[in-house]
Amino acid sequence: MKKLLIALVTFIPSLVFAAGPTVPLDEAKVDLHDKASLQRGAQLFMNYCLGCHSLQYARYNRMFEDLGIPEDVGQKNLQFTGEKEGDLITNNMSEEKAGAWFGNPPPDLTNVARVRGPDWIYTYLRSFYRDDSRPFGVNNSVFPNVGMPHVLQELQGLPEKTYEERRIDGEMKKVYVGLKTDGKGRLTESEYDQAMLDLTSFLVYMGEPMKLEQRRMGWFVFGFLLVFTILAWLLKKEFWKDLK
Amino acid sequence: MANKFVEWIDARIPMTKTWNIHLAQYPAPKNFNFWYLFGVLAMLVLVNQILTGVWLTMNYVPSSEGAFASVEYIMRDIDYGWLLRYMHSTGASAFFIVVYLHMFRGMLYGSYQKPRELLWLFGMFIFLVLMAEAFMGYLLPWGQMSYWGAQVIISLFGAIPVIGDDLTLWIRGDYVISGATLNRFFALHVIALPLVLVILVFLHIIALHEVGSNNPDGVPIKKPKGSVPDEEKPKFKFHERFTKKYDIVDAIPFYPYYIVKDLVGIGIFLFLFCYVIFFMPEMGGFFLEPPNFAPANPLKTPQHIAPVWYFTPFYAILRAVPDKLFGVILMFASIVLLALLPWLDRGRVRSIRYRSILHKLNLAVFSVSFLVLGYLGTQPATPTSTMFAQIFTFLYFAFFVLLFFYSKREKTKPVPERVTS
Repeated sequence: MKKLLIALVTFIPSLVFAAGPTVPLDEAKVDLHDKASLQRGAQLFMNYCLGCHSLQYARYNRMFEDLGIPEDVGQKNLQFTGEKEGDLITNNMSEEKAGAWFGNPPPDLTNVARVRGPDWIYTYLRSFYRDDSRPFGVNNSVFPNVGMPHVLQELQGLPEKTYEERRIDGEMKKVYVGLKTDGKGRLTESEYDQAMLDLTSFLVYMGEPMKLEQRRMGWFVFGFLLVFTILAWLLKKEFWKDLK
Repeated sequence: MANKFVEWIDARIPMTKTWNIHLAQYPAPKNFNFWYLFGVLAMLVLVNQILTGVWLTMNYVPSSEGAFASVEYIMRDIDYGWLLRYMHSTGASAFFIVVYLHMFRGMLYGSYQKPRELLWLFGMFIFLVLMAEAFMGYLLPWGQMSYWGAQVIISLFGAIPVIGDDLTLWIRGDYVISGATLNRFFALHVIALPLVLVILVFLHIIALHEVGSNNPDGVPIKKPKGSVPDEEKPKFKFHERFTKKYDIVDAIPFYPYYIVKDLVGIGIFLFLFCYVIFFMPEMGGFFLEPPNFAPANPLKTPQHIAPVWYFTPFYAILRAVPDKLFGVILMFASIVLLALLPWLDRGRVRSIRYRSILHKLNLAVFSVSFLVLGYLGTQPATPTSTMFAQIFTFLYFAFFVLLFFYSKREKTKPVPERVTS
């Protein structure tokens, strides 16, 4: 029995880690209350992503309302293809052709934050690097051999895998130390990180646009349940007094 | 006025009589504890599932083209649609939690023993139908896990010799899971199975009220007529249906005493239930699995297919066996053996309180095995995890075998004449 317990204790953690991703993910500190961040994220998405990736289950006007964007401002700055404000956020790329261009059609991203999680998206967006063997000249360390070009290269520049000479066990060895951009992008490294956090936050919002309302309502429900349970308990006490 | 109205109805249907027999004059043992809450909670969750289900059906589109988008439409465009959907998805898991605890209560206190065999069997049928209901419901959102989970489970029937392949074809209505499968699962999920479920619950309660509730001591509260002096009888009026043949002791009317007590339990349960609904509807990927937020794609198999948590103990048993057919047999046997408990347990003492150390240990090992198998079922199979699944599958089945042999001559403690308070 004791041996079995020890075996169990040592074996359960190994299972937990077995399912993890191959690259450690950076934490995305998403704040859904930060409307400015969500708005910047929306701006990035509409300008850089929507050409290929739709948000086909969400509507423009709902997004404007949730993000605090006046409808006319939103229509002028975030709607580029002449849709009405109540339309779903779609694009005109045909799946068939997209499949031919990229290998796979670019997925719809409405729920991507729920499928992959915010940390994955945040890290993925910052993990493109130069790889001349790939059709678009870039690869991604979070999603190896991804069929997507580095769309944000004009912002970030083109990162390369960098190595350092380090002495390990008395021998000099090349050690991978991370990605380093060539500095040709319009944003500095920290600006780019912030922009990607904005974009990630926007996608997290997209996955669950009701999240803030849901939590607010949850507290009211708890308030009701507290009153209900206390009254029920008093009622129970009152009735059960007869039984003593 | 009100009295006249009640009389008018009572002359036409037995309203007051039914109320009295089943609630106001139904003798319930006075010593129910925490474990006796889960029956009422299961009813509450059933009502929740039916009501939210009806409203979800109003906007759900049962077709392979429209299903996924219609669920997102409910989540995003319908007023409080997300609330209905989360109440339904959380309710599904809550149903299994309370039902598992309800069944465990039956095992703790020997509630399946004579004369409650049929009551237990109806309960087991409810459990079976509930599993079918949950399985079919899980296909409806038409996400990746809906699709591939159904694919894996339906393919199990293919392991049956001779008729296997034809059987899976018949269940799916197609060579792969398709719109045809979705439509028939929808029909079964919203009409056929709920109907059967409600009828079975009705029979479960009729059976319960016929034989009377067991209690944590497992001591009958029905004594031979005339054996109990008047001063020891409870001061309450019970329906003559119960007092005609027996003297009832240590009982209180279900209404109002257990109704008000259950209200407190319901309040506490709702705290937990609503916490999940409003603050963590995915429950860390256990109630709603992340891959299921991507639409079903028959060309793209997910890396790791796991059924929802409530099926994982049985899934782990299935995977523990290298041979597919034998695995399927063992998986079904794990449920059939539970149904046979009234006959496998040959003891006369019901409650764990008065049974042998051996029995306590056996039940503890069984419970741990069930939990560990449930955990293993959620994980990808590795050689180590398969070995552990085999060990705990063995222990799961050992429970029934051991019980059958030791229960006949078990060394039990003396059982009190009357329930302890």
